[in-house]
Amino acid sequence: MNVSASPHTAHRVRGLAANMLAEHGMLLVLGLLCVFFSVVTLDEQTPTGAEAARQVSGALEREQAEGARLIVVAGRGGEEDAFAAVLQEQAEAAGWTVAAVAQGGPREARLALEDLASAGVVDVIACSSTAGAWGVFEGLGDRLPAFAQTVVLRPQPSRWPNFLKTTNLLNVANQIAVIAIVAIGMTLVILTGGIDLSVGSLIALSSVAGARLIRDVCGGQEAGLGGMLLGAAAGILICGLAGLLSGGVVTLFGIPPFIATLAMMLVASGSAYILAEGQSINQVPDAFVWLGRGADLGGLPNAVVLMLVLYGLAHVVMSRTTFGRYVYAVGGNAEAARLSGVPVRRIVLSVYVLCGLLAGLGGIVMASQLKSGAPTYGQMYELYVIAAVVVGGTSLSGGEGKVLGTLVGALIIAVIQNGMNLTGVESYTQKVVLGLVIFAAVLLDRLRSRRG
Amino acid sequence: MRGISKRYPGVNALCGVDLALARGEVLALMGENGAGKSTLMKVLGGAVRPDAGEIWIDGQRQAMASPLAARAAGVAVIYQEFNLVPALSARENIFLGLEQTSAGFVRSSEERRKAEALLARTGVAVPLDVPCRRLTVAQQQAVEIAKALAVDARIIVMDEPTATLTPQEVQKLFAVIADLTRQGIAVIYVSHRLDEIEAIADRVQVLRDGRAVASRAAAELPRRELIELMVGRSLEEEFPKRTRAVGRPRLVVRGLSRGEKVRDVSFEVRAGEIVALAGLVGAGRTETVRLIFGADQPEEGVVELDGQPLTIRSPRDAIRAGICLLTEDRKHQGLVLSQSVLHNFALPNATHFARAGWAAGGWIDRRRERRAFAGYAEALRIRSNAADQPAGTLSGGNQQKVVLAKWLESNSEVLIFDEPTRGIDVGAKVEIYGLMNDLAAKGKAIVMVSSELPEVLGMADRILVMHDGRITGEIDDPAAATQADILSLAIR
Repeated sequence: MNVSASPHTAHRVRGLAANMLAEHGMLLVLGLLCVFFSVVTLDEQTPTGAEAARQVSGALEREQAEGARLIVVAGRGGEEDAFAAVLQEQAEAAGWTVAAVAQGGPREARLALEDLASAGVVDVIACSSTAGAWGVFEGLGDRLPAFAQTVVLRPQPSRWPNFLKTTNLLNVANQIAVIAIVAIGMTLVILTGGIDLSVGSLIALSSVAGARLIRDVCGGQEAGLGGMLLGAAAGILICGLAGLLSGGVVTLFGIPPFIATLAMMLVASGSAYILAEGQSINQVPDAFVWLGRGADLGGLPNAVVLMLVLYGLAHVVMSRTTFGRYVYAVGGNAEAARLSGVPVRRIVLSVYVLCGLLAGLGGIVMASQLKSGAPTYGQMYELYVIAAVVVGGTSLSGGEGKVLGTLVGALIIAVIQNGMNLTGVESYTQKVVLGLVIFAAVLLDRLRSRRG
Repeated sequence: MRGISKRYPGVNALCGVDLALARGEVLALMGENGAGKSTLMKVLGGAVRPDAGEIWIDGQRQAMASPLAARAAGVAVIYQEFNLVPALSARENIFLGLEQTSAGFVRSSEERRKAEALLARTGVAVPLDVPCRRLTVAQQQAVEIAKALAVDARIIVMDEPTATLTPQEVQKLFAVIADLTRQGIAVIYVSHRLDEIEAIADRVQVLRDGRAVASRAAAELPRRELIELMVGRSLEEEFPKRTRAVGRPRLVVRGLSRGEKVRDVSFEVRAGEIVALAGLVGAGRTETVRLIFGADQPEEGVVELDGQPLTIRSPRDAIRAGICLLTEDRKHQGLVLSQSVLHNFALPNATHFARAGWAAGGWIDRRRERRAFAGYAEALRIRSNAADQPAGTLSGGNQQKVVLAKWLESNSEVLIFDEPTRGIDVGAKVEIYGLMNDLAAKGKAIVMVSSELPEVLGMADRILVMHDGRITGEIDDPAAATQADILSLAIR
């Protein structure tokens, strides 16, 4: 019995694994990519700033008696100042005496040490990693007997992947935000069995229209919040109108979406150049970068927060509302949907409008990131956006796919690009690799649907 | 052909069919819709691989693994909806796949010469350089025959070749067929038109329920007997009895017309009544009910429900008005196969499951939806774990029940069933009949389009027979009528 049972179990396990792979294959790929790039970017990391200060004070606590006298040595500038300030604060809180804080270059450090040499015994010199590399501490005890017993503490380097540094991860998310936001709309369009090639041009059009409105109507660099909102809204709405136009042509006249949106792509791109008079428009207020460069929520960039909120919203709409159901039904079988009372045309139309609006929003985010609007923005983005959707597992023939899959797809593209940047792969090679990844994703999709 | 069998999910399309064909013979293949004629032809044409059985031609066993292989073996099948590339000319279509080339270039002049010779044998004048989509039906048919001749076909299968031809064209076609048989080519001829069978067939083979029930010389088979052979069984017990309580008129259709398929159709259906639309395939029955449901727009005509004229511009309007249509083609029109059963069930019923307080077409109350479906799943005996599976994974019978469930939930007053039991096994059929009776008992108006004559006779309170887009007869008392009565109205 056991003999016959075990192949059965093995079969079941294999089936389960295959299922997992089919359902969450792309998530797995994303995970593997992260692991891969973590391993290849493993590097010596020297802590700086507050983190370095905490490490040094920890070492102090372990190795030194209470009440020790110490000197803090650091350079100048943001991270160095933070190191000095945090370390001083922690040392005093722990009951040590900070005899002096020496900031600046090696010369200042030497002068400060010489000053203190006459003032009594110093137990510890705590230096930042920058200061730790200076020669002044070599043979210090020989030159100044007061320092004969002094310990020099430096932050210890550790090994950690460059890829997994918080700043890098946030960077990855921020860089993909525009593509990911636009890809939500594209997912809906592709779910209905269509395609929208105009999104890249709409990004440019929106950025230019928004920036121009702020420059010419709302007071340029002196524009207030209202002016900026007006500019953003105008950019987004124009793109929504463009979506309405493409969607109208598709639904009313039965023009293939590929052709209709190809035409819209040219119209939008040309309009962006006309509106911008071929230039980029920089006359926007400094506060305009809030959306693209700010990070107000626990250090998360605002664009990333916006992206996550939109994905959450889209996921709920697609899985919990009739609109979502209708989109899937239209893509799965438009005729059956129509005969079930689904307003097919209205659904298709609204999907193109949404896609336009989201492309417009993408354009505004991009303008905010770059603090200007230009007709050259978003070039080729339609392809990256479509790639994100397809890599995310949405079928180009419509009816099958998930919005959150697209987020995974966008992240896969971002991680590959970022990882290749970190490992010094040149940009031409990056394109080849990205192309191959899309091949692989479509192949995986094909294998999956063949089995299903 | 020996012992050909083919099983589709839910049905045995063919069970061990034998078929013999002599050189230069015209064999008429007869049978009701769904008897297995088209499957048998597809097997012969290499389009479908049989589960069992073998095919021998001139003493050689043939694999018939693909249409190409069948062509090589000398079998050409001319389907009802031809197999021509519309944008290519007659010449290009005839030589598609066997282009006359030298060094990679098509030798047009040689093709042209040969094409002219082949078309001359069909007796129909066909311009050679006009895209095929601009040719008449008869001309397209001639191109198909020329295609068959081009590969030296020894067997030509024709599926309903006269369905869309004028009487003169039919006579011409018969002449061509006679000519072909003189050249030693055997012809398998599939048609519903009994007159034609008598005119040209040497032998008749009757299929019923996927089995060969008779093979006789055409001359020895009177029409009456042929019909009986086709229909065969008496299935009264299949149809659950019910007491008939017909009330006031509910659905009234007046002067409905659209093109050639529906011409001035008028009828009414009363509360608690099941009215059957009978007729041959292509008689305009499906087209008629599609007009009532708003799937197509009528050119003329009025639809009234309970005395109120309806404005129906789309199926959405019809559903709102209380009319539903169970389409004949579940897979393409009834269900979104890639979506889950539950989603399919909810599709026309969005407002039923929308949470109160949200605008129409808003938030779905998924628990209510699931509960409602569970009720139908139990009543209709749909597999209990089906709700979250893609509809495409269910068997035909279960799919049909899902379609039923979604329309029952919509609580329509007029239910139109187009071929409600096609491709469904007997057990499920009886359940669906019972359900139709229950609906009638609740005072709903029911229209049933069906090509299965026993079903029409067994279920309907009244039978309307259509032919050529018109209602050509009405049978008020189905209990006293026979299948031959219907057929004689339907065939003319």
